[in-house]
Amino acid sequence: MSGLLVLIPIALFLSGLGLVAFLWTLRSGQFDDLEGSAERILFEDEKRPTKKGPENSQPDSK
Amino acid sequence: MSCCPASEVVKAGSQGNDQAGLSQWVEHLDGNRESIEFLLPTIHCGGCINKIETTLNKMDGVHKARVNLSTKRLSLEWDGKKQSASNFFEAISGLGYDARPFNSAAAASMSQDETGKKLLRAVAVAGFAAANVMLLSVSVWAGAEGTTRQLFHWISALIALPSIVYSGRPFFYSAVKALSHKNLNMDVPISLAVILAAGMSLFETIIGGPETYFDAAVTLLFFLLIGRYLDHMMREKARSAVSQLLTLNTVGATVVSDDGSHVYLPVDELTLGMTVLIAPGERVPVDGVVISGVSDVDRSIVTGEALPEKLQHGAKVEAGIVNLTGPLEIKVTAIGKDTFLGEVISLMETAEQGKARYMRIADRAASIYAPAVHGLAAITFFGWLWVTGGDWHSSLFIAIAVLIITCPCALGLAVPAVQIVANGILFKRGVLVKDGSALERMADIDTVIFDKTGTLTTGDFSVDVDRQVSSETKQVIAALARTSIHPLSKSIVKLFSSESNAKITLDNIVEYPGMGVQADWHGKTVQLGSPRWIAEEKNLGIEKQSRVVFAIDGKVKAAFLFEDSIRDGASSVISQLIQQGKNIIVLSGDSQSAVKALATRLGINNFFAQLSPKQKVQFVEKEIARGKKVLMVGDGINDAPALATATASLAPSSASDIGKTAADMVFTGSSLVSVLDVLDISRRATRHVHQNFAMAILYNLVAIPLAMFGFATPLFASIVMSSSSILVTSNALRLRLAPKSKISETKNPVSTFQSEALETKELKKRVQL
Repeated sequence: MSGLLVLIPIALFLSGLGLVAFLWTLRSGQFDDLEGSAERILFEDEKRPTKKGPENSQPDSK
Repeated sequence: MSCCPASEVVKAGSQGNDQAGLSQWVEHLDGNRESIEFLLPTIHCGGCINKIETTLNKMDGVHKARVNLSTKRLSLEWDGKKQSASNFFEAISGLGYDARPFNSAAAASMSQDETGKKLLRAVAVAGFAAANVMLLSVSVWAGAEGTTRQLFHWISALIALPSIVYSGRPFFYSAVKALSHKNLNMDVPISLAVILAAGMSLFETIIGGPETYFDAAVTLLFFLLIGRYLDHMMREKARSAVSQLLTLNTVGATVVSDDGSHVYLPVDELTLGMTVLIAPGERVPVDGVVISGVSDVDRSIVTGEALPEKLQHGAKVEAGIVNLTGPLEIKVTAIGKDTFLGEVISLMETAEQGKARYMRIADRAASIYAPAVHGLAAITFFGWLWVTGGDWHSSLFIAIAVLIITCPCALGLAVPAVQIVANGILFKRGVLVKDGSALERMADIDTVIFDKTGTLTTGDFSVDVDRQVSSETKQVIAALARTSIHPLSKSIVKLFSSESNAKITLDNIVEYPGMGVQADWHGKTVQLGSPRWIAEEKNLGIEKQSRVVFAIDGKVKAAFLFEDSIRDGASSVISQLIQQGKNIIVLSGDSQSAVKALATRLGINNFFAQLSPKQKVQFVEKEIARGKKVLMVGDGINDAPALATATASLAPSSASDIGKTAADMVFTGSSLVSVLDVLDISRRATRHVHQNFAMAILYNLVAIPLAMFGFATPLFASIVMSSSSILVTSNALRLRLAPKSKISETKNPVSTFQSEALETKELKKRVQL
């Protein structure tokens, strides 16, 4: 019985983690262009999407 | 990646899109950041994305350039002036890609598939809940008792209730909508079963009862949501054809004012009577009449014919056609909705609305099924109330068990399972099904209407020379042909590709629009073009069908025949269709003689030539009104409204984008045998759907009485529900045993290879779904 009190929260936590991860990928647009993503994996010099162009390397004016 | 024919693209016309035309599409973000959306209809691979993104990201001020290959859109953000948009446009055209600015507000509402995302989130939440609740329920079934059982029920309730509220919304909304229209759809019994099961289980949990149905409620939601999402994906792929057609509208046009100066105006500001200059390579934005200039134009949007037509003073031009060789000045006679393109768009819209009214077999079943189920549940409740003398608690419990057991799991799977298997089979045979209900509509086709060019024929012109030509002459012809962008010249260059490397110096090259090209070679005048233009001597000694001749100093040296070749398997497919008792008709925009020649060769008696897109639609409508079930097979933009109107439609993969979007299915192979395959598989699929319905009904005949007499426990419900679903799914899988349609032995190896390559590409797409 006491084991259950530990195991059930762990099970819920782990599956909750999976759920949150999925919802995050959905929200951040990773399912928007499935064809494009399949091709992009083959690019050699793919820049990371967050990396900004050389003009923007200075601190933002915001 | 060398798959992109970027270098071949003609860049004429790009000078017409100055900043005045583009900055109206630019949207201002915060600060000095601007954004624009381009539609890139010609991109098709990773290489294209890479080239465009790297080029743009290197340009000044560009913050983000991201191409979406699925929607063929580029979204571009930059810091600086609105006017920079034209630089970016030129950079993209410079790479050889066609770019069209897009209204980003409209694009956003269209591209963000919000419903799909909502469904996917609901699936995720329901899946999470189903996994956890099932874990707890299995322990209860395994014999957990007392406080442990209580605890498990409470935890189940805590997981299940919020998830049901969240994930059940698609069903609840749709059920409420149906009820408010005084209708019953499949979602009404689903919603009722889920809500009642959850409510009753909560009550049982509170009073410490032994049995709850939380697991049934959430797993039901989970599976039904998966089905709903797959269905949604199929529909989403069959995106509205109209949105793509709208992008054919050009942004603006160069207007010649009275004093002779040129002004670039957006299309909205063009008025009747204005004179517009159309440069070679540009699309005509309005309907009009040619007032000066001579040129060849691509009128395939109107006639479906790939061969260009010569236009001169007084000729009519339609919005959407492409000017090929010479500049034309036209007087505007119709704008906006009144143009040819506007008319095609409105025809498509009407046709699509008409199709939305088709009632799918599952919905028809639901309209009978739902009242029956609810009636039985009510009878059970009152029956038990009477038998037990007013014990509403156990009466309600049993009535809800009836609702849960009858919940259309098997019925809900009966149609989608078969459709997915059928789509898979057709996919393996090179047919892509875009609309889920297409198979149902395809099953009882009795009339098949074919378009001519591009459907019964391949649309590629095979070139032939009518006499022996010396190798040197061939070299001169190839060199001369290469100076022209006319499609026929390109075919000639291809024919003489082995000779085209030789060094031939030509001077004074002049292209006469609508006639041909002329040049000087070793002091002699060489000409390649229309026979009427070149040969002034009466006796040509060439065949009449020759469209192009080559002459040195006015003496004809070679004549070229262009023939549109018949598609693989066309004649045997036609004869098999006739054997099956189908009515075969050919509708074409081409001339009477050309259509007649082909129809006679294929043994088709009913053919109609020189039809406009509207007349094609009217013809199809007339047949449907006569009670015929019409299958339209066509490829061009001029066929698109007819494709959308017909009971069911099929397009070759070589079809125009709009044709493919308008059609229910697209076949990727080069052979017409796909038509037979599609008809055969859809007939079989419909038979299996009916069998599945019969099985689901049989299951209910057994399960309902048991539930009504109170023998259904949660464990019994989950076993019976899953076993019936498995049964229905296995019957759907039996469809795979369907034999292939014959006559494919004449296939040439090249086409097999191509269709395989396509298959792998499509397969990749499928795996990602």
